[in-house]
Amino acid sequence: MKQYAYYPGCSLESLATSYNLSTLEVAQKLGVDLKEIKDWNCCGATAYFPVDELLAHTLVARNLALAEKDGLSDFVAPCSACYKNAYFTNSYLKKDADLAEHINYALEADGLHVNGTMKIRHLIEVFIEDVGLDEIEKKITHPLKGLRVAPYYGCQLLRPRKDHENVENPQFFENLLSALGAESLDYPSKTRCCGGSLIVTNRKAALDMVQILLQDAVNRKADVIATTCPMCNVNLEVYQNQVNREFGTQYSIPVMYFTQLMGVALGIKPGKLGIGKELVSGEPVLAFAY
Amino acid sequence: MSEKIGVYVCHCGTNIAGTVDVKGVAEWAAEHLKHRGVVIGREYKFMCSSLGQELVEKDIKELGLTRVIVAACSPHLHEKTFRTACKNAGLNPYLCEMVSIREQVSWVHTDKVAATEKSKAAISGGVERVIHNEPLEPIQVPIHADTLVVGGGIAGIQAALEIADAGYHVCLVEREPSIGGHMAQFDKTFPTLDCAACILTPKMVEIGSHPNITLLTWSEVEKVDGYVGNFKATIRKKASYVNTDTCTGCGICWEKCPKKVVDDVYEAGLGIRKAIYRPFAQAVPKYPVMDVENCTYFKNGKCKACQLFCPTEPNSINFEQKDEILEIQAGNIILATGYDLFDAKRIPQYGYGKLPNVFTSLEFERMCNAAGPTEGRVVLRDMKTAPKSVVIVHCVGSRDENYNKYCSSICCMQSLKFAHLVMERTGAEVYNCYIDIRTPSKDYEEFYKRVLEEGGHFIRGKVAEVTDSARLPEEEGKLIVQVEDTLIGKQRRIPVDMVILSAGIEPRHDAKEVGKLFGIACGASGWYTEKHPKLDPVATMTEGIYIAGCVQGPKDIPASVAQGAAAAARVLGKIQQGVIALEPIKASINETQCSGCRICNGLCPFNAIAFIEDDKVSSINPALCQGCGTCVAACPAGAISGTGFSDQQIIAQIDGLLLKNLEEPVAA
Repeated sequence: MKQYAYYPGCSLESLATSYNLSTLEVAQKLGVDLKEIKDWNCCGATAYFPVDELLAHTLVARNLALAEKDGLSDFVAPCSACYKNAYFTNSYLKKDADLAEHINYALEADGLHVNGTMKIRHLIEVFIEDVGLDEIEKKITHPLKGLRVAPYYGCQLLRPRKDHENVENPQFFENLLSALGAESLDYPSKTRCCGGSLIVTNRKAALDMVQILLQDAVNRKADVIATTCPMCNVNLEVYQNQVNREFGTQYSIPVMYFTQLMGVALGIKPGKLGIGKELVSGEPVLAFAY
Repeated sequence: MSEKIGVYVCHCGTNIAGTVDVKGVAEWAAEHLKHRGVVIGREYKFMCSSLGQELVEKDIKELGLTRVIVAACSPHLHEKTFRTACKNAGLNPYLCEMVSIREQVSWVHTDKVAATEKSKAAISGGVERVIHNEPLEPIQVPIHADTLVVGGGIAGIQAALEIADAGYHVCLVEREPSIGGHMAQFDKTFPTLDCAACILTPKMVEIGSHPNITLLTWSEVEKVDGYVGNFKATIRKKASYVNTDTCTGCGICWEKCPKKVVDDVYEAGLGIRKAIYRPFAQAVPKYPVMDVENCTYFKNGKCKACQLFCPTEPNSINFEQKDEILEIQAGNIILATGYDLFDAKRIPQYGYGKLPNVFTSLEFERMCNAAGPTEGRVVLRDMKTAPKSVVIVHCVGSRDENYNKYCSSICCMQSLKFAHLVMERTGAEVYNCYIDIRTPSKDYEEFYKRVLEEGGHFIRGKVAEVTDSARLPEEEGKLIVQVEDTLIGKQRRIPVDMVILSAGIEPRHDAKEVGKLFGIACGASGWYTEKHPKLDPVATMTEGIYIAGCVQGPKDIPASVAQGAAAAARVLGKIQQGVIALEPIKASINETQCSGCRICNGLCPFNAIAFIEDDKVSSINPALCQGCGTCVAACPAGAISGTGFSDQQIIAQIDGLLLKNLEEPVAA
């Protein structure tokens, strides 16, 4: 069976452990064989590229080289930022011979070499494209009937622009949620930015951005916001209190990883999916499935 | 060497001489190509001038030239000039060749030495080629005096009337039940604000009653055979289930018809019609047609209300009517099939189809029209509330890398017109969100100023999205338009009641297939390609096929009318000639070598190649062939050759280009 080079990324070892747990559980249930890349390093996130592009590419390329060394052809990242970085570095390696030479010169110190031949995808793409919605639907034991979900793509998931997808109005997340039995909402800000790391450098500006996302979800009477990225998840969930203080609002809306919702629908015990660790309780969401 | 070749090199002012050592090139040709038959090499400031032409004519007469090479601009521009000069001096015009050292050398290079060398090589190639040219005679074909006009919008109407008024017969074919096109849907026309129907319907009536016009509505051209002067078109006249010999157009049938249908065509989805219908009151012809897909009788065999109530004797409703296939002859064809509106649903962030109070431009036109579904009242989708504030979004689907890159050219003025009408009829606040305002025609800028003075707001910025998701209390229940005002450098959210999307215009969805039917090509954006964008905008690369109106590119009513009239003038000119001389540059098939694979049949852009079943070989109609050479290159058996571009000529030209002729004799 096909094996995927799994690149969890730093967040999934710290803030987003529940994303990692639910990813591994759901993948196992769907027969997706994720093999974690040995000795992987940070991808540089959004911070490193503006500082030094060549070094940032090299950082990402090391992970690609490790995966290539394992003889695998598919690279999977659950974090949108990791996915975006891997995708771009991988495609630049193919396009820019000069860059590839510089990177490989650096990687030589580690006894590595990168070709840029991997197929880079986000986890959600692998589930939808390789497993397929029909197959997922067949395995659903606890459909999320009546659960109103705001599908939040965020910005980075759609940035490696793919021809078949309308980046202004993508539909694949909605389709996945519908396969889980949930009611997928027309969420106006689904592709807006959550502020990313701006929350650290310019708190007020980032809170403005988060507030828009929360208000749009509330306007659509969402029971939960589903995310595909640990950064989005943190901004939307952790900062709800600060938004409330800043804007005099009373948001209290659960924010969950799409893998957690998949896991619930697939009948995996909530504890195994990391549910219970969130700051805004996901308890009400479970009520739709059980 | 028996040929006597003259080589003439043009300076074209500094166009060529600025980059090429013209004098050096001419001297080089006279000296180094002498052994190939070049007897004279001259340079001149402007070869295309009368004096330049006279140089050639004089040399033909005095030196007895048998071949002529003019190294100057592209043959597209002056080939005819120099061939005519040769003819005047008694030399067969096809023994003259042009070598393009302007478009292919001086305009694309900066290195003078290299450009000069390249010019020499190009001339050497031309010399080798012209040695193999054969004297040719143009083909003469008579021209049928009838004209086929396809499309009954304003461009087609104008063309048909011009030709009919000049005394020649026209067959006007229209796909819809009535002529009138998009213009018939409009209320007012910019910039004068005169009523569209008032200026259009007199022309429509004239078409309906003109003795020289055969009007075929509810009809489509299915096949076109033949060639310039002698086209044969097969037309399907769809069954209307109404006998037009007896029908009086009284309207009782559609009054009594119980089946209501949303009218997606004429009313742009905003109004309803019946299953048997006449699209609008002033329709020409006045007879209704039956929409079989929605008719209750055709669906379940019961109803026939229309027939029951038809007051004519004999009854005009005939459920047994069948499609008719007509064949008509025509010497020339004018295509004026118009445009489609850009489908605003393709830009989901603008909310059309999802948010009820987002309207398209065509919907708004119908709303403004006194004969439309709201009788001219500007209202929200509930059909009663007048809006207090309106945003008009410009450039929807136009000037947009994601959709159409071109400017649709009509939307600025159309939006300004909408702004005026909204203010006039509702007093609402109107915001125009634009990228640039483009008002380049007569009295257009003045109209823009008028709308500004009337109090229209203008925001320079492309609208990002239209949403109903409110963030502030004053946005509740409104449509919120998010736009960057680039003049003040701020993001704005404008809460309004109504949004009008000024959608761009696109080639007809079936333009490509229709083009293939008539043997003409579409450009990158899908509009039909004119013979020359500036100097021959209504002719096409296919002789006898003309285009007019939006089929050629986005344009407004005045421009469409001008093109309709221009196409008519071109056709009238051809009819007056009586016969037409066709270029003898043609491909022909050597039947003994043809394997009958039919590869060439589908490749021919002019439908000139037919397969002869009996002989199992393909055959080229010389009157249709435009000498493009596609089939010659494609034939796997090498069975097709072209006069004027035979393998021998091409190979000799390549040898010449490579200057193989300088040392050794070229393979004869």
